[in-house]
Amino acid sequence: MIDALVLTILMTSVPLILAATGELVVERSGVLNLGLEGMMLMGAVSAFALTYISGSLLVGLLAGIISGCLTAAIFGFFVLGLATNQVATGLALTIFGTGLSGLIGSDFVGKAIEGLPTLFPETFSNLPIIGVFFALDAVAYLSLFIVFLVWIFLFKSKYGLILRACGISHNSAHSLGYKVLTVRWCSILFGGMMAGLGGAYLPLMLTPHWSEGMTSGRGWIALALVVFASWMPSRIIYGAILFGAITIMQLAGQARGWTIPPQFLSSLPYIATIFVLVLISSKGTAKYLAPSDLTRPFISSK
Amino acid sequence: MKNNRFIIFAGLLAIIAFVFYFTTNVDQVEDKETKMKVAFVYLTNPGDHGWTYAHEVGRQQVQEHFGDKVETSYVENVPEGPDATRVIRELAQNGNDMIFTTSFGYMEPTLKVAKEFPNIKFDHITGYMRAENMATGNIRFYEGRYVQGVVAGLTTKSNKIGYVAAFPIPEVIQGINSFAQGLKSVNKNATISVVWANTWYDPVKEGDAAKVLIAEGADVLAQHTDSPAMLQTAEKAGVYGFGQSSDMHEFAPNAQLFASVNNWGPYYIAQIQKAMDDSWTTGEGPDHWAGNTWKGLSEDFLVLTDFKNMPSNVAKAAQEARDGIANGSINIFSGPMMDNEGNQILASGEVLDDGGLWAMNYYVDGVIGKIPN
Repeated sequence: MIDALVLTILMTSVPLILAATGELVVERSGVLNLGLEGMMLMGAVSAFALTYISGSLLVGLLAGIISGCLTAAIFGFFVLGLATNQVATGLALTIFGTGLSGLIGSDFVGKAIEGLPTLFPETFSNLPIIGVFFALDAVAYLSLFIVFLVWIFLFKSKYGLILRACGISHNSAHSLGYKVLTVRWCSILFGGMMAGLGGAYLPLMLTPHWSEGMTSGRGWIALALVVFASWMPSRIIYGAILFGAITIMQLAGQARGWTIPPQFLSSLPYIATIFVLVLISSKGTAKYLAPSDLTRPFISSK
Repeated sequence: MKNNRFIIFAGLLAIIAFVFYFTTNVDQVEDKETKMKVAFVYLTNPGDHGWTYAHEVGRQQVQEHFGDKVETSYVENVPEGPDATRVIRELAQNGNDMIFTTSFGYMEPTLKVAKEFPNIKFDHITGYMRAENMATGNIRFYEGRYVQGVVAGLTTKSNKIGYVAAFPIPEVIQGINSFAQGLKSVNKNATISVVWANTWYDPVKEGDAAKVLIAEGADVLAQHTDSPAMLQTAEKAGVYGFGQSSDMHEFAPNAQLFASVNNWGPYYIAQIQKAMDDSWTTGEGPDHWAGNTWKGLSEDFLVLTDFKNMPSNVAKAAQEARDGIANGSINIFSGPMMDNEGNQILASGEVLDDGGLWAMNYYVDGVIGKIPN
């Protein structure tokens, strides 16, 4: 019984981990993309549609990644190419993604597919206690691996240093000869791919059908997670699992007849984010704060 | 740079216009001489495959029934509140003769606009406020829940039933209690655990709630939310469940025992016909929740799909319960009836009237826990 709950918590946190990790890289390079929800929905609808048509989950996953990437490219065109306000463009992208995904998906409403299989054979997942960690699908393991890779990239590689430099001071990075816009383009596209993959996980794994607006605000939770994680990749995993645990435990608490109001428990993830924000800003160490050039458009002097 | 700004501005405007075109799609038609114009306001989109989908099916039936005589249109994704007032007013200004507003939260917005346009007929779904030109219609959804309870009671092995519910409002509580009455009529040992999702529509959360209930031992699930996610979860876990608002067997061919389908078409057709014949009224009687049209299984406002994935004796019991409710021989809420804290609600021989149904703020015996306030 506990195993099943833990498994549900882990699976619920996978799309959050994926989308938040992508957004973390984007924000580290100095761009705030509030269009996560829109990109996730585009990823979700493409993944479902292509899986349904082709019958192949792999094709569906790739479609999700690519369409997330393309949606992000629209965002990149505006905020990098035309130096528009990032907040407004990001919000527009969410509205755009919600509408367009609904339009594309209208033919696929009411269709069902087979979800992702588990990666390991059942003999492993039936093991006591640790079995639950073998009961996940390939994308779930991949998400943890990506977080690890992102950490290596950001903090152990030269390119990661350049990316972070663009986020902290794009003028300095520019005067050192680094191509700020190229770096930001790459991170935005990467962010789109991750959001697309995170979105794809919903119709391929969590609830194998498409319905309009099915992310139901998970993009916003992922955005909150980046802040919660204070822009450190590993903390996204803790944060996502904590968010997932609170969500699932409040449901389980109700099923067991606990008397805590569910409305209060539903709001806990957001309260936790505010709490962490207060905590990190009171510490005041630069390490924990947002990239200082976040949301500031870069216009190179010609 | 100035040129750039113009391009950005124009581009953003284009995106916004594009998105709005597809998210709130108002069909407008010019000739109002011969045709009667009827508009529908939807809470979500027909793609929810649940509540709004059922209304959309009703609208299509209207169009099919009346053909050229009626012009229908709809606005989807209309949030309850001030936005609804704006949308309904716009529809009234666009020359619609009759407007159906299909969610409880549109009640006050509909009333407000109805007072501004005395010549237009308004029909509000699931509310209790009426006016000279505002009628109300509703379905006795809870009747289907009783039959679900009967089937659940005969199907469960663990005697634990899971119930995913949206919000603790009387309509939902009616459903839970009606389910419990059906359950107890065949199985005294079974209990219902209710999980409140605090949303009508969030497929992932609905699925999570179902997973949690299964993890807690439930082997038959019911839902009062909108998406098929609960049934899909049940299918995957090898347990049973019931469809809500529309037939969901495609999502769960082995798990769906049957679905209670909201059949709005006959109501819409009847109301529009009455409006054409000048016999449309907003009803007599008290302003209570029942509305002036509140029908269920007896008038086919609520339809049950085929009983599947169950042995024939269970299907027979289900059919008997359905027929009993339809012909009035079964009264779902009749005494003796206790709430789940041991207080007597109805003495032997008493029955609950419609007013009592809408005043439910207790769980009947057999439901675990307390209603959150």
